[in-house]
Parts: sequence; structure tokens; C-alpha cells
Amino acid sequence: MGKSIKIKKGLNINLVGEADKVLSNHVSDTYSIKPPNFHGAIPKLLVKEGAEVLAGTPLFFDKNHEQVKVCSPVSGEVASIVRGEKRKILEIRILADKEIKYEDFGASNPNDLSGDEVKKKMLQAGAWPFIRQRPYDVIANPNQKPKAIFISGFDSNPLAADFDFVLHDKAEEFQIGLDAIKKLTDGKVHLGLRGDHNPTDVLKNAKGVEINYFPGPHPAGNVGVQIHHIDPINKGEVVWYVSPQDVLLIGKLFLTGKYDATRIIALAGSEVLKPRYYKTLIGANIKSLVEGNVKEGLLRYISGNPLTGERISQDDSLGAYHSSITVIPETTESRFFGWITPNFDKLSASRTMFSWLMPNKKYSLDTSLNGEDRAFVMTGQYEKVFPFDIYPVYLLKAILTEDIEKMENLGIFEVAPEDFALCEFVCTSKMQLQKMVREGLDLVHKEVG
Amino acid sequence: MKFLRDYLDSIKPNFEKGGKLEKLHSVFDGLETFLFVPRHGAQSGAHIRDGIDMKRAMFTVVIAMIPAMLFGIWNTGHQHFLTLGMFAGPLDGLMDKLMFGLIKVLPLIVVSYGVGLGIEFLFAQLRGHSINEGFLVSGLLIPLCLPVEVPLWMVAVATAFAVVIGKEVFGGTGMNILNPALTARAFLFFAYPTKMSGNTVWINTSAENGQALVDGYSGETFLAQSIQSSSNYVNVAGVPYESATDAWMNAFWGFIPGSIGETSVVAILIGAGVLLFTGIGSWRIMLSFFLGGYVMGLIFNAWGANEFMQVPAIYQTFMGGFFFGMVFMATDPVSAAQTNVGKWIYGFLAGFLGIMIRVFNPAYPEGIMMSILFMNVMAPLIDHYVVQANVNRRLKRVKVSNQ
Repeated sequence: MGKSIKIKKGLNINLVGEADKVLSNHVSDTYSIKPPNFHGAIPKLLVKEGAEVLAGTPLFFDKNHEQVKVCSPVSGEVASIVRGEKRKILEIRILADKEIKYEDFGASNPNDLSGDEVKKKMLQAGAWPFIRQRPYDVIANPNQKPKAIFISGFDSNPLAADFDFVLHDKAEEFQIGLDAIKKLTDGKVHLGLRGDHNPTDVLKNAKGVEINYFPGPHPAGNVGVQIHHIDPINKGEVVWYVSPQDVLLIGKLFLTGKYDATRIIALAGSEVLKPRYYKTLIGANIKSLVEGNVKEGLLRYISGNPLTGERISQDDSLGAYHSSITVIPETTESRFFGWITPNFDKLSASRTMFSWLMPNKKYSLDTSLNGEDRAFVMTGQYEKVFPFDIYPVYLLKAILTEDIEKMENLGIFEVAPEDFALCEFVCTSKMQLQKMVREGLDLVHKEVG
Repeated sequence: MKFLRDYLDSIKPNFEKGGKLEKLHSVFDGLETFLFVPRHGAQSGAHIRDGIDMKRAMFTVVIAMIPAMLFGIWNTGHQHFLTLGMFAGPLDGLMDKLMFGLIKVLPLIVVSYGVGLGIEFLFAQLRGHSINEGFLVSGLLIPLCLPVEVPLWMVAVATAFAVVIGKEVFGGTGMNILNPALTARAFLFFAYPTKMSGNTVWINTSAENGQALVDGYSGETFLAQSIQSSSNYVNVAGVPYESATDAWMNAFWGFIPGSIGETSVVAILIGAGVLLFTGIGSWRIMLSFFLGGYVMGLIFNAWGANEFMQVPAIYQTFMGGFFFGMVFMATDPVSAAQTNVGKWIYGFLAGFLGIMIRVFNPAYPEGIMMSILFMNVMAPLIDHYVVQANVNRRLKRVKVSNQ
């Protein structure tokens, strides 16, 4: 039997520009796969510039685990390979065909396959990178066995895509995807659902999984929170997690034999004229999506949500793991005596501003830090939005001092950068917590393995 | 405000690296960010941020101190005129009292801010970092926790000591172990005890032509009087209060001698309300501190070996610096315990020990400063055990899952 676990600590950030539940199609000319999206993977190219690829043709593999391949979302020609410092591969750009042609990996029912066969097929068809693991928040190591697999059926981040809408007519693919994922572990597959209102039947009626409900504010939808409350990770243990759209991708692979990188994304944010959902592909260039559909002014384009997403340019592409594109205003003004004025347009978790008076007001926040970097001074503010049995400041200090034993003791295996996003939001000292946690995880990963 | 912004932008290059006035970069930065919240955008991580920043947090504390400060200014005048036998009612001669108080208190505040901020600017420049806001609070706390008659140069020396030895040697705001304002007070208390305790420091008794001290004048605080008797109190003019309850009500409102900002429980509670409502001050520390002091008071009541022990527990808290320490000193987030459980323990012990030291210490009838400083030192230890308990829980979980 599943559980219902009330998340008490957290904060819902209401922003202007939520996507309307209208679905349009989006087709782009170019698609980019960015190896840095797959954190920790060391890319080794399998294609050269000018090569013809099909949807599902591997573009590169991970040098750490050579079976793990990342595939092209479309058929077409490899237009360019963009490199950065030290020849680091930043992007593989593909000029798409009008009609997508697919590699055929063969349809099969995962229930008839063994766990190893399922794994083999997913590795071969480029579906593996969408299975990710905790600790370290990287692509799952295919040589390990996870004690459980977690799927969070909702995203509680501000302006995030609503998976109830995305999944509502995809019961078959979703169930087959779950069937395949189930084969990858001897433990349970946990599906975490929204507890505050009724999720779609596709999620509620999912079979073969343990369904748990998580009422409460953000970060209730973060898979890390759900793992922590259901089956916390101890040293030496591994948990895998998959996002619902990636379950669909896996499901479609087994259903049709094709690597179908379709993504339904929310185009959202206060600066979008018509915020709505689009059906597109992983790596799609967003230029044609946002051109003419955003307001004037200096804007920030984000692949993902405003708390954890990645900053991209207007002529850039949708990240591999993201389900939304958010456009918010860049900060352009310095505010005269802004630290003492009432600031009715600002949101604050403290009551030093007036946002507490209007809990349902939707804000149009820009990218301003609203202050400057400082040392740790205020205490107890992270704890109010951090629903873990972990002392965040002590863990962060252990990370700053690179004390690996302390990090382990204080719970680094249970967290990912995204779990600290709300702490980063509320931080009075404006510290870069997600970056710190990422560095800490990388260090422990390197040293402990 | 565009012209100001434009002007700042136009002179800014002088203060950048390589500019003529590079040496004053921190000063310029401090001034600029004081006038304008800078247009720094989030570069990594969360793209949107909470509206609060350190300046706002610190200034909220300053706002919370304003009632206590205003009351202190008035009370300085009130006590002064009482000893001269004038304006006995609280509202009589209001303007005279306020003016007199202002003349006495304002220099203390100016010296404290001037010296402290000067040193902060200097250190910020030497270390090449931006100026921290912590001293905005300390700078007002220091004069408010001193007796009015303390010489200005002592305030300057104490502030310098507190900022340099109490804070900067540890690395500045956020790194200090002791509360800087209490460090300043402790420095004065041990270096110049005659100016920090006794019967002559709490009230300005200077008499102009034609004025004279009343006959029964006594500069004793309630704390000093409590050693003799727990029920018969006199005001500074030597007039006995009608009843013990009357005396305690005067202490509650703050019409009694004491350090400038500490006397009025009412004014301090207004400040506490601001801190608690905005979430800047820790309710855990305030509540547990109060409980700690109250419990110790009850224990003394039950014991009752001398007059001081017989002061009713609730009234113990009205005297001296109990409430001021509880609301403004013990809650300093840097020097207090940082874990929620730790805050309960820290606050309770600080209040408990404060009353204990007050009653047991024969030399000086107040212990709140000592107890808070002592608990500042102990806070990291408390936190260590709280965090260790969390670590042990995690290790235990590993053992269970391995079985």
C-alpha cells in the first residue's frame, strides 16, 4: 500500500504567465543535443560534421560507461559540432529533415523480456540517459542495481509543465514505460502523486507501481523529497529516478521500436504573450517558438523552470531533461533605497515585505538578486523550505570545506542541486547554493565513486 | 532619482580597479548599494530570488529597536528631572524630557556608529570585500545597553574593541563568536567598572542654576534595591512606591533607572513583535529565554533564602536587561545557536543562567550580559551535539538497512 505524506516545509511561488492548457505543434529546423546537459558524462563523438543521421542514431557515448549512448532526436544532417574551451563539446547541431526517419529497434512487450534485455534495448536505443540516479544526480550507472526506482508524477516548481495535462491521453505508452522500468530493479517502483488535488487517471491507475501521495507546497514534487520520505538513500545504496515524460519515451520505444524524443513543453513566464503547451522534440531550437511571442525588453530565456532551469539564449535549444521554456524579464534597474521601500511587487518568504498579505497574488519577478553576496548570517531560513531531515547549512559548510566524511555524515547522498533551489531563492545572503551542492556532489563522486 | 543614478554611474569608473580612487572602492560600493539596490542579476542557479537582502534584514532589527530607543531618550530626561523634583508625571514636561534625553543619548549613538562604521569601512577596504550591514544593528545596540553617564571616549574605545577583537579578527560579520554589542559592554564593564555600575551612572544629575537635587535622591536601580528588599522600592527621588505592584508596573512601563534602552518592557515587546512578525528574530530563542529566566525565578521563590530570591519570578524578568537581552542580544543569529533544537537549549540556559548570576553574584546585581556571552561561547557546542544526533540517526539507518 502506498502512503500519503504531508510535506509541511516549503513554498509555492506563484508567478504570472502559467501556460494555458492548449496544445500546439512546434517544428524547428535545427535541433541541438548538448553533452553538458548530461552531467558527469564524458562525451566521445560517434558522428562527424556532415554525417547523415536518423532519429535514434547515437551521437556520442559516455566514456565512463561506454554502453550509454545519447541519440539524435531527429533525422537529418549533423550541421556543426560546437566546441568550447579545451575543445569541450558543447553542442551537436542537426539540420532536420522535413519528415523524420527513425532507426528501427523493434517493438516488444517489456513484460516478455528479462531485466537485462530491457536494459540492453534501452542502452542501444539511447533511452538510457533518461534513467538517472541518486546519489550524485547523474545518468544511472547501468552496472549497478538500484534498491528502488522513483518517478515523481508532478512538478511543483513555479510555472512548471503540468504532467496531468501532458499525460492525460497517453495511458498506454505510460504503462508500458512503467512495465519496462519495473524490470530494472528488484525493489519497488514508486510513483509520487500530487496530494492537493486529483491527478489524472493515467497516473492514478498506473499498475505495478507503489503510488504515494504528497500533499503540500513545493518542493513536494521534487523526486529527492519523495525518496527521502519513502526510502532514504544510505551510503552505498543507489536509487534511480525517471521523469514522467521520459517514461513515455521509454514506453514508446517498446511500443513502436522507435526512439521518439517527443516532448510536450510548457512555454511560460510573464514575458510570453501566449503562454501555452507545445509538442516538440528534445533539443528543439526555440527561436521560432518565441519569436513574435514575447514582450519587448531585455529577457532571460530559461530551459526548464525559473528555480532550477538553465539559462539559454533566444537562438538556443530545449535541454534534454526539461519540460518547459520560461521567459522572464532581466533585471535592468537599480532600485533607489530598494532595501527599505515597501516593494509590493516583490515576493518574500519573510514578512519584511507585503507579499504575506496576498498569498494568492501572482508575481512577475525579474532576475534581480535583490541584494548582494554576503556570508551566512541569518539562521533557520533554509530549514523552513527544506523538507529533509538534514541540516542544510552544516552540509553546505562541509561542502565549502571539502570535508567528504562530514558531507557523507550530513546527508549529501540524499540531495541534488534542485533540492536546494528554494533555499537559494530565500537566501538573504544570496549564496549560490545549487552550484555549491553540485560541486560537493562532484567531489564526493570522484573520491568515493 | 535618475540624476543621482547617472551621477553615480559617471563617477564609478574612478573607484574601479585602476581608477584614481581605487583605494576607496569599498566605501563607494557601500554608499552606492546603500542608495540603490544594485542591478545584479542571478548568474547561476535560481533565476528568481526572494526580495529580502541583508540590508533589509538588518534594518528591520533597527526599526524594532526604535521604540526602545525613543523610550530610552525620554526616560533619560524623565529620570533626570525626577531627581530634580520636577515633572513627576510621565507626560509632564514631555518636550523638556525628550530634548534633554536627545542631547545626552544622541552623542552616544553618533560615536558608536561613527567609530564602528569607520572601522568596518577600513577593514572592508583592506580586505577588498564589500561593507557588511551587521554593524547597523550593533551600532545602535551598543549605546542602548550602556548607562547614560558613560563618557563618550569610553564608548569609542569599547566600540573599537568590539568591532576589531570581537568581530573582524574572526573574519567579519557572520564569523564572530560573541555578540559584538555585548562584547563592547563587557569590555567597558571590566575595564571601567565604576562607570558601568553603582548608583551614580544611571541618571544624569547635573543641575542648572536654581535647580537642586531632591533630598532623598537615590540613583539605585531596582536590581540594587532588590538586594535589600523585595517589596519596598523607591524611585530616584527617594519617594516610596505605593505598593509593590505599583513599583512593578513602573518597571514594566520602564519609568525606572537603568541602561538607556533596557528599562521599558513595553517598548522592547513592541520591538519583539516586529522581529517575530517579520520572521527576522527567532521566536524559539525569545520564548525559551523567557521560560529559562522564569523557571529560575520560580526556583528562587521556592528557595527564598534572601530578599532577592523572593522577588516574584515574573517581576525578576521586568528588571535590568532581561527583556532587552532576550529580544535583541540573545537572538543575534550569528552568535546564537543555529539549529532549531539548539535554539531552545541556548535560549533557555541563557535566561536561566542570567537570573541565577544576577541573584548569586554579590559584586554586581545583573547577570544577563554574562549569561548571553557565556551561551554565545557554548552555542557551537550545543549545535555540535544537535547535528551529531542527526548524523547518528543517519548512521543507525544504515545499520538497520544492512541487517
